[in-house]
Amino acid sequence: MLIFILKRFGQMLLIMLIVSVLLFLLLEINVESVAVKVLGQYSTQEQRELWLQQNGYYDPIYERYGRWLWGFVTGDLGESVRFKKPINDFMWDRLWNTAVLGFWAMAFIIPLALVLGILSGMREGSYLDRTISVTSIITTSIPEFASAPLLAAIFVFGLGWLPGTSSMIGGFDWKQLVLPVAVLVIYDFGYVARMTRASMAEVMTTHYIRTAVLKGLPYRSVILKHALRNALIAPFTVIMLQIPWLLSGVIVVEFFFAYKGFGALLLEASLNQDILLIEAASMVAVFVVVATQTLSDIGYTYLNPRIRFT
Amino acid sequence: MATIATVPAPGYGSALMNAIRSFALLRESLVGMAGTALVIFWAVLAIGAPLFAPCDPNATLQAFAKPGTPIPIADACWTDTFVLGADNIGRDVLSRIIWGARTVLTWAPIAAICAYAVGIVLGLAAGYYRGWIDDVLSGVSNIILAFPVLVLYILIIATFGASPLNIVFAVTFATGPLVMRIVRGLVLDLRNREYVSAAETRGENAWRIMLVEILPNARGPLIVDGCLRLGYVIITIGVLGFLGLGLPPPDPDWGGMINETRQMALAFPHMTVFPCIAISTLILGFNLMADGLREISLRD
Repeated sequence: MLIFILKRFGQMLLIMLIVSVLLFLLLEINVESVAVKVLGQYSTQEQRELWLQQNGYYDPIYERYGRWLWGFVTGDLGESVRFKKPINDFMWDRLWNTAVLGFWAMAFIIPLALVLGILSGMREGSYLDRTISVTSIITTSIPEFASAPLLAAIFVFGLGWLPGTSSMIGGFDWKQLVLPVAVLVIYDFGYVARMTRASMAEVMTTHYIRTAVLKGLPYRSVILKHALRNALIAPFTVIMLQIPWLLSGVIVVEFFFAYKGFGALLLEASLNQDILLIEAASMVAVFVVVATQTLSDIGYTYLNPRIRFT
Repeated sequence: MATIATVPAPGYGSALMNAIRSFALLRESLVGMAGTALVIFWAVLAIGAPLFAPCDPNATLQAFAKPGTPIPIADACWTDTFVLGADNIGRDVLSRIIWGARTVLTWAPIAAICAYAVGIVLGLAAGYYRGWIDDVLSGVSNIILAFPVLVLYILIIATFGASPLNIVFAVTFATGPLVMRIVRGLVLDLRNREYVSAAETRGENAWRIMLVEILPNARGPLIVDGCLRLGYVIITIGVLGFLGLGLPPPDPDWGGMINETRQMALAFPHMTVFPCIAISTLILGFNLMADGLREISLRD
């Protein structure tokens, strides 16, 4: 088990390293365009050359990469061209805001999806199952950029209950969090519910459940004591994989509601070609994805003895 | 030897027929039928866009007109009212939705087919040859999948510029590895079947075995996944349009329409709401179709 965990962490580091090389090559191989992006289109040739000279851009590429990577490892992410301040000063706040948003979204998605998935997987093909299945297909078919305006039209313009932007200018306000969280929940709970349903339905067809039913155990305890334990292994992985999804899912939501989060930051960095910020934010995003994948693999092996002991 | 050679091997034609037959089975599923109806509805509108759209989608007629307002310029359209209203710069929303259906139903399938072609070829190679080819291909796909999808799209589009071909490229690049994983898993299972051994004994070419013997037998899960994937690609194109990274204006694109008009939604919700409904129903169509197909494939 320990060897397995170490191996997975090794793979994780390797992927991070390769991604960093690719990102660096994609964004910085052409020094001329770096200078244009930093100094603007109307800078003169001399200005660009001077800037490149001063910032060591004429060094060989592996030296530049080494310097960048070293800065990254030691926590010096460089300065953002767009915001004119060190990336460390604002990126972590943004990440925290997104974590708050993601936490509340997951706090609703997980219970809702698990309960609905178990209820519909318990009796496959029943009226309840069909209703839940079709409902979850419908909600997952409404993309975030469609449900956000629809919800805003109803609750902001129609009823006037909630604010339409979530910029949190006057400090934290839960009312501003309602619509972004609702949009994320609507889009995502259906997927998790369907995965839970599939897992539950599969467990319900196994022999040990049939045995438990036939030996006369009350249906309640068949479900709670026997079925759930195995049925919840697969949804665990699915839920873990929703965390990386959230990271890209929030981009649309944060953009629409002007929420000052990590997704909006990444979008802004990409649109403004803010190279160091793109690199830093992408690396953080990739780290979150790879780390959750690793954790879900380890957790899955831990939860499922059939895999652990082979 | 000659008799073996004349046994009709399952060819590309029969694979196509089988695919069509499994779609025909959809009539047994109510959900699948509903999905197909939605998809056909939008497909018909897309194909017949010049016939169904009352106005030129890019003509500016009267800004901020609510649904039911008369069109001021006579002879500009073949209706005399804005059925779904006009958008922020006075273009007919209905016409733009209909032409937008054509845009999305052109580029989404092209992008999905490209992603599938790449994913199937790589997945077949990885699953069939295994060994170092599998290691390399799986490694590369793991690296691509380490990016949150939308981050990857934004990086590609922001670096290479927004154009239909770049969107196709971005979708292929980001979705191909996912398809590859699915195909690889299926091939790893199928390659140990007897008919594959038989073909290997006959000395058939490796790619012929993969494409003619293995691929048709993996079609079930792939068709279901293909429908879902098409829905995701439509969402992707919509998201890119919504973020201002999509197909270049002025040609109508549902995601872009939502973005351009959402500031007006306070006074004129129709500009934003109708494109939202359009894209949601199209995606719903593909998702319901996938669900129907899955239901049928599990039944037998």
